[in-house]
Amino acid sequence: MTLLLEVTNLCTEFNTRAGLVRAVDGVSLRVSRGECLGVVGESGSGKSVTFASVMGLVRSPGRITHGMIFFDGRELRDMSPDEMRATRGRDIAMTMQDALTALNPALTVGEQLSEVLIAHDETLPAGRAARRVAIRDKCVEMLGLVGIPSPQSRLAQYPHEFSGGMRQRIMIAIALACRPKLLIADEPTTALDVTIQAQVLELISDIRARLGMAVVLITHDLGVVAEHCDRVMVMYAGQVVEEGPTEQVITQPRHPYTRGLLASIPRPAMRGQPLTPINGQVPDLVGLPPQCRFQSRCPMARPECLVEVPMFDAGPDRRARCLRLEDMP
Amino acid sequence: MSFGKLLERIIQLIPVLLGVSLIVFVMLALTPGDPVQIMVGEQSITPEQEAELRRDLGLDKPMVERFFIFLGNAAQFDFGQSYYHGRPVSAVIAERLPATIELSLVALIVALVTAIPLGVLAAIRKNSVLDRLATVGSLLGVSLPGFWFGILLIMLFSVHLQILPVSGRIGYASEVPTVSGFLLIDTLLAGDVRAFGEALRYLILPAITLGLPMTAILMRVTRTSMLEVMRQDYITFAEAKGLPRRRVLFRHALKNALIPTVSVAAIEMGSLLGGNMIVETVFGWPGLGRLVVESIFLRNYPLVQAAVLLYAVTYVLLNFIADILYTVLNPRVKL
Repeated sequence: MTLLLEVTNLCTEFNTRAGLVRAVDGVSLRVSRGECLGVVGESGSGKSVTFASVMGLVRSPGRITHGMIFFDGRELRDMSPDEMRATRGRDIAMTMQDALTALNPALTVGEQLSEVLIAHDETLPAGRAARRVAIRDKCVEMLGLVGIPSPQSRLAQYPHEFSGGMRQRIMIAIALACRPKLLIADEPTTALDVTIQAQVLELISDIRARLGMAVVLITHDLGVVAEHCDRVMVMYAGQVVEEGPTEQVITQPRHPYTRGLLASIPRPAMRGQPLTPINGQVPDLVGLPPQCRFQSRCPMARPECLVEVPMFDAGPDRRARCLRLEDMP
Repeated sequence: MSFGKLLERIIQLIPVLLGVSLIVFVMLALTPGDPVQIMVGEQSITPEQEAELRRDLGLDKPMVERFFIFLGNAAQFDFGQSYYHGRPVSAVIAERLPATIELSLVALIVALVTAIPLGVLAAIRKNSVLDRLATVGSLLGVSLPGFWFGILLIMLFSVHLQILPVSGRIGYASEVPTVSGFLLIDTLLAGDVRAFGEALRYLILPAITLGLPMTAILMRVTRTSMLEVMRQDYITFAEAKGLPRRRVLFRHALKNALIPTVSVAAIEMGSLLGGNMIVETVFGWPGLGRLVVESIFLRNYPLVQAAVLLYAVTYVLLNFIADILYTVLNPRVKL
């Protein structure tokens, strides 16, 4: 598989009142064409900011301080705002956590869908009338693709007239309208009921297979990752702490944080027994000392862990940020 | 928008009008000065003549009785005779109303076309020099009294620079046949472009003076709501779609940001009514505001009462329009 997205040593900082927060600290990652990468981590681990940086959507007071972002052979950070705008929505698309707030309440679904096509689709016919028909047909097609019943009649409706699951589907339809090479799905199921969650994830997997696009699935649900992702990347306090093929990472974690996450998932076999939480809290990102960030909460921590820990190779196509990686059971 | 809702609004109007009538009636009665004395002025008349005049005007009856007579007549849309004009009050008001409406609408347009772009610019360039200037400007705009600002404009543009007329609605030389009562429309209907330009020149200063506080308020509302909207997820999502910046700002952000602006504008139109009295007096504008001021000085009771009722109806109507506009702009709300 060829490489689609390669991020190297990305740092994104926010200049806040409390001090400089390095929300993304030296993140490197790769996504191949057609692949699905799961990104796991708790709130504030930097997973959303990492991909906002990739999209060029980090807002003031945040900024990317260094790193390289190669997408489809081009460095995104070298692009002009207009080039970046042309890439967004056409080649890289994004869905957000809550479709209710991500869709504009004052515009119809049809308008919000067709404007992406108008902005990017060069295959639309030139004539005014023909163009309008082509756009409409495409909108109907996209809504049909994501499973909205009788799409023709629903284009003129507003987001609030749809159910939560339907809104999520509409947002996915908008993201996929230009057949992007990469879809960044930021917590696509968090705002949904459990039954709808499964449907939406099925939909994304299904379309991914059909369109052959790569997907980055940002989530804090390891169960979702296990079911849908080829590879997984675990983030903690702005850093990647472990990455590798999903099955290996889940069955044989190489970082104590990943182990902690897996241990805190409720399982039917463990009924009646208390869950094993990860003790302590995520460290404050302001003025972090250069040492292992997980060490304060780590059951395996030793005095030598108070140094900056790089990523180590932990087997074929696997890496982990832990000095005691060999001692892991 | 159902018929029932409309009916509800009209019924709500009744207690408002009753209350307003009572307050105005009592306040006029408490105001020192006697209309008969003012009418007679320096002329010497016999006590008999004076009593007869008082009887003609209905002022010989006790106050409570006068109030109920007024209410009974007003319910039949009869607001009595203007003491001063010797004609029905409704006719006098109808004659002066178009000038006031014309001035108010132009002031509204001036306010909207300056406040909205300024508010948007201030929001998207938050903390820039322009933003700060706009903020200071809007503070001044709210706090400058209209009579002072108007006179300042007259001194600058009419007296010093001599590029705009001092007062009035149109030059004496221009004769425009009255069709709608709005000079801007009537001059165009008459095909008289020169007169149209002249009417416009007479309008500029009063419209700016009248519109200034509204401009200031609308600018602030637009800026605040634009800042609020720009933080929303749907703006990030619109950016993520790779839409042109213009479209994100004007279609996605402004359409939502205008919802409060338009509602406030409709309600603020009501406050233009009060401003009209001052501005029309300063600029010698022959509208309803000046008529009311003159009538107060002359203790022309029927006219003041009718005009204040008209103001109250207009105010309620504007609030109603604000509600309708709110639902038009905001598809989530049904009236």
